[in-house]
Amino acid sequence: MTSVRYDHATRTYEGTSIPAVDSLSLDIGDGELLVLVGPSGSGKSTALRMLAGLEALDGGTIYIGDRNVSNVRPRDRDIAMVFQNYALYPQLSVAENMGFALKQQKVPKEQRIARVREAARVLDLEPYLDRKPKHLSGGQRQRVAMGRAIVRRPAVYLMDEPLSNLDAKLRVQTRTEVVELQARLGVTTVYVTHDQVEAMTMGDRVAVLKDGVLQQCDAPGTLYHEPENVFVAGFIGSPAMNLVEVGDERPLQLGEATVEFDGPGEAALAERAGPVTVGFRPEALEVGDGPLRAQIRTVEDLGSEVFVHLAAEHRGEPLALVSKMFPPFDASPGDNVGLQITGTTHVFAEDGSRIASTGASLRARALEHR
Amino acid sequence: MSATPSPVIVGERRWVNRAFGLLAWVVGLIFFFPVFWMVLNSFKSEQDANTTPKLFFHPTLDRYRDVTKSATGLLSFGEAFANSAVVVLVSTFIVLALAIPAAYALAIVPVKKWRDILFFFISTKFLPVVASILPIWILARNLHVLNSRLVLIILYTGINLPLAVWMLRSFFQEVPRELIEAAEIDGAGLRGQLTSIILPLAAPGIAATGLLCVIFAWNEFFYAVQLNPVDGSTVPIWVTTNISTRGAFLAKLSAASVLACIPVVLAGWIAQKRMIRGLAMGAIK
Repeated sequence: MTSVRYDHATRTYEGTSIPAVDSLSLDIGDGELLVLVGPSGSGKSTALRMLAGLEALDGGTIYIGDRNVSNVRPRDRDIAMVFQNYALYPQLSVAENMGFALKQQKVPKEQRIARVREAARVLDLEPYLDRKPKHLSGGQRQRVAMGRAIVRRPAVYLMDEPLSNLDAKLRVQTRTEVVELQARLGVTTVYVTHDQVEAMTMGDRVAVLKDGVLQQCDAPGTLYHEPENVFVAGFIGSPAMNLVEVGDERPLQLGEATVEFDGPGEAALAERAGPVTVGFRPEALEVGDGPLRAQIRTVEDLGSEVFVHLAAEHRGEPLALVSKMFPPFDASPGDNVGLQITGTTHVFAEDGSRIASTGASLRARALEHR
Repeated sequence: MSATPSPVIVGERRWVNRAFGLLAWVVGLIFFFPVFWMVLNSFKSEQDANTTPKLFFHPTLDRYRDVTKSATGLLSFGEAFANSAVVVLVSTFIVLALAIPAAYALAIVPVKKWRDILFFFISTKFLPVVASILPIWILARNLHVLNSRLVLIILYTGINLPLAVWMLRSFFQEVPRELIEAAEIDGAGLRGQLTSIILPLAAPGIAATGLLCVIFAWNEFFYAVQLNPVDGSTVPIWVTTNISTRGAFLAKLSAASVLACIPVVLAGWIAQKRMIRGLAMGAIK
């Protein structure tokens, strides 16, 4: 029964003035798998290392359960960590690697062997217990690193990009295994990744960080459909959301077309003066004979779906857009097409925060505006 | 991306490789030749050793018998060897015992101003040895340690310590940070981290450092001859006792020198095995 709580936790590295992690407040529930995601330099690894005790706190507190661990040594925090490069002890065998922590805890030998065997069975590592790490494949090493964490039976698992050294196919497979294992063991887990697909598929909740500041922490679906700001909107989803700065004209103009909102979006927008950004996901942009003229740049046919990269013109400058269509899609690069918005459109204020999400469509601009 | 480079480059590369290989052999043989000649001389009679160099001769162990025969009043081989062994082993042990914690403090958990500390360590090496001999001699006399093994142990420890700290620091830095962090999270205290992670991984470095300390201390002559010419003298001093003012002594001196070299060669051989094993083990990914 362990929850984790960051309370305004701050870390500023020596020689810098901008905090690597800035006043992070985050509640992680018992048994939850929380993913910290962000681009490199966003402070996600630092946040994890603060929880591990490998980075000191310059402000705020971190709780594991009810215990304030801010000044507790890593070895007294009852945590286990999986490192990106696995950090297996090269001079020890697989069994010794997995039993290392138990040995440090002075667990009797028979118990140690039993627990290592148990973990090895779960992870299919039994044939390799006597091998040294250098005689293992990448995937096996990754499992040993997981095994080392499991054997501990700690209060919290910390995982720092544990899959990023695996090849793509193995990564997807291991992703599922980690999720299943975590659910089975029911141990609170904090998982760091830079890969938003990994974050979305694995996390019960996903916390998005940027420049050391928490942007949003929500369930994957919420992040996707209701991003709190432009950064989250652009970071989550692949291909990324189409984001267009449309200025402060009302009604909003997108290229030579006018954006028309249905429902309450128009009202919310009317109250706001100042420039705004509109965002719509590739699946909300339809290639056909809509009012926004564009040219097809490339077509990526993935079989189940087709990503169409488009070049339009907006306020006299080229505008790159992406549309997700479904096969059969027969148009080729260079074709002139018309675009239409068919799904939810988000409107973001100048400071990046989301004002409204609503259905919208494009209408050809009335002749008198020309 | 083609796997087969053009044959011209291959030929050129092979030629260059051969030339370098040949050069390496020539240079190696030039360096080895004096040692080879010394070993050869040690098995000759004085007469053979002092005449025109010749490769074929009647080998004899007499010179070894001569140099190891103990004469009263003179430093014997056995005594000198025992003195050297004590001085070298004790001083090297103390050096490693002090340098390992120092290197930890400079490499793994750097103390404040570690750069200055590192420079300070090596700065003691800037002074020419000869400039330090008078104050050291006076100090040794006042402390009544002249002509003892103790004075050499202290001096050799002091001489080798800066180098050992520098070397070990760079070897400790090679130990991947994550391994130490993983051990820390796994519950290992400072001692556990040192004994289970850092020392085993830095073992080749420690072996290399220890070897250098042994070689320097074993071969050191200047301080030994100044501070310790009578009792407790070391092997290099004993070698010089085989130089006689009259008559031929080249073969005898060669035999003495060979005996003086053997422990160092042996130490080097043992350390090398350790180093190779350690290097092969170090692979992480």
